[in-house]
Amino acid sequence: MPKSSTPTRLAVRKTYKLYVGGKFPRSESGRTYLVDGDNVALASRKDARDAVVAARAAQPKWAGATAYNRGQVLYRIAEMVEARRAEFKALGVSGAEVDAVTDRWVWYAGWSDKIAQVAGNANPVAGPFFNISAPEPTGVVGVVAPPSLLGLVSVIAPAVVTGNTVVVVASNPQAAITLAEVLATSDVPGGVVNILTGSGAEIAPWLASHDDVNALDLAGIEDADLATELERAAAGTLKRVLRPVSGVDYTEDPGTGAMTALLEIKTVWHPKGF
Amino acid sequence: MTATATSRLSGRPDSPADLRTFLHGLPGVDKVGIEARAAALGTRSVKTSSKAQAIDLAIRMVDLTTLEGADTPGKVRALSAKALRPDPADPTCPPVAAVCVYPAMVPTAAAVLAGSGVHLASVATAFPSGQAPLEVKLADTRDAVAGGADEIDMVISRGAFLAGDYAKVFDEIVAVKEASGPAHLKVILETGELGTYDNVRRASWLAMLAGADFIKTSTGKVPVAATPPVTLLMLEAVRDFRERYGRQVGVKPAGGIRTTKDAIKYLVMINETVGDDWLSPDWFRFGASSLLNDLLMQRTKLTTGHYAGPDYFTLD
Repeated sequence: MPKSSTPTRLAVRKTYKLYVGGKFPRSESGRTYLVDGDNVALASRKDARDAVVAARAAQPKWAGATAYNRGQVLYRIAEMVEARRAEFKALGVSGAEVDAVTDRWVWYAGWSDKIAQVAGNANPVAGPFFNISAPEPTGVVGVVAPPSLLGLVSVIAPAVVTGNTVVVVASNPQAAITLAEVLATSDVPGGVVNILTGSGAEIAPWLASHDDVNALDLAGIEDADLATELERAAAGTLKRVLRPVSGVDYTEDPGTGAMTALLEIKTVWHPKGF
Repeated sequence: MTATATSRLSGRPDSPADLRTFLHGLPGVDKVGIEARAAALGTRSVKTSSKAQAIDLAIRMVDLTTLEGADTPGKVRALSAKALRPDPADPTCPPVAAVCVYPAMVPTAAAVLAGSGVHLASVATAFPSGQAPLEVKLADTRDAVAGGADEIDMVISRGAFLAGDYAKVFDEIVAVKEASGPAHLKVILETGELGTYDNVRRASWLAMLAGADFIKTSTGKVPVAATPPVTLLMLEAVRDFRERYGRQVGVKPAGGIRTTKDAIKYLVMINETVGDDWLSPDWFRFGASSLLNDLLMQRTKLTTGHYAGPDYFTLD
């Protein structure tokens, strides 16, 4: 009788899917593409449409959460990034970059309950009024993310910390979806961050012309003509557009500019002295 | 049995026992079968120019409804204006079929809709529960018709129906039909409260035998409203009824239909079950309020080529 051989264990192969509304669906189109031997969902315009619906549904509640609560959630993201250090490393993200990513989440977490003091003001006016300017989130933001993980976090974090929700087109799919797995286990409400993997050139025009998207961050667009086209499409609904800047060093101190770019200032006149 | 049922068409049932025998003689509904059939009909893909036509037809079939305690004359006027011109930015957008309001709001809506071709429906007969004496229900109906409503949406007494008192339900429908005079009578079965598909089939036949011009699924006031299987069942009932008695009755699913995708599924269902004859606002209606905005957004997507957002359409 032949000796039974030890069975070889089969590898568990992973398909990187989209992250929409807190779930990980395949692309509605059924399309996938190969990245370093991994199957990755290739998002279509209809996935972008669904993601905008999810982002819009999540926005009022996320903006209505206390700044303290949003800060806690962002800090929790930093904790969970730490826990997945090995996984990011296996995807080619250096230890130094994971450190920077964690630090970036912590840094923005701290800003959640301070940005209003910096971007808002009690204005002195000539009259019997309290005059107060307060920053409010712009709403649903379409983002074409830069390729690095740190770049991706550096465009998502400043948008969501103030109460915006985002639809992100990511070009480094495995790291982006691993980040999505971090977000899904960090108490980030479903729909606050939606990540689509695929071609920015294919999906961004649909986000740019979408009536229900309030702002567009083109950080990851390298083709200047495409950026101009997108800005033109966005003009139809008077979207706030952040133009791509070449040669950004994401390891530098980001400053508050990325947050204030996606805030609207509301000024209230309140009568006093009656 | 055919003879007694036919005599019922033109008047009262010969006896309560006959009516019961007839309704309980209807074949039972295959629950698994009808749900599978309705689900299968919901998988069709309707695209581009067919979708554009389907959307316009669905808009023409909408009964734009507001049935809230908080309805004000201002809101009803605004809703009526929207019924005439659903998309003010696009004159090619057709008007809806009707506006549906409470009787107290009928004169307000009538002033806006007069002469426009858009019908004015009013719920009546102690909507939504139907738990009131017959005289109250009839007065409610007459008021609505006198105010200018040309369609009456009545509710059946589910309590009486479930207790097996079919004759009472039948007599009420006949009485309300008489009270509504020239107005079209839609009979709301409130299928969510009937419990079983068999009851829905019986209630459909009962309403049609009593003289209903339309049978309608729900009031929209209970958790379970229009569902595809129930609507399919009612479409089969009107088809079989016409085959038997030669009179065509309309169908109106109401409540819970919110998206264009859902609306198109119903259109597919009509086409596959009863055919072209019912693919018209005269024979099929959607009772809905939020559906219209979704239809308009999808229509805008097709005409402009980019996705539309709710910020660009009215709230009610």
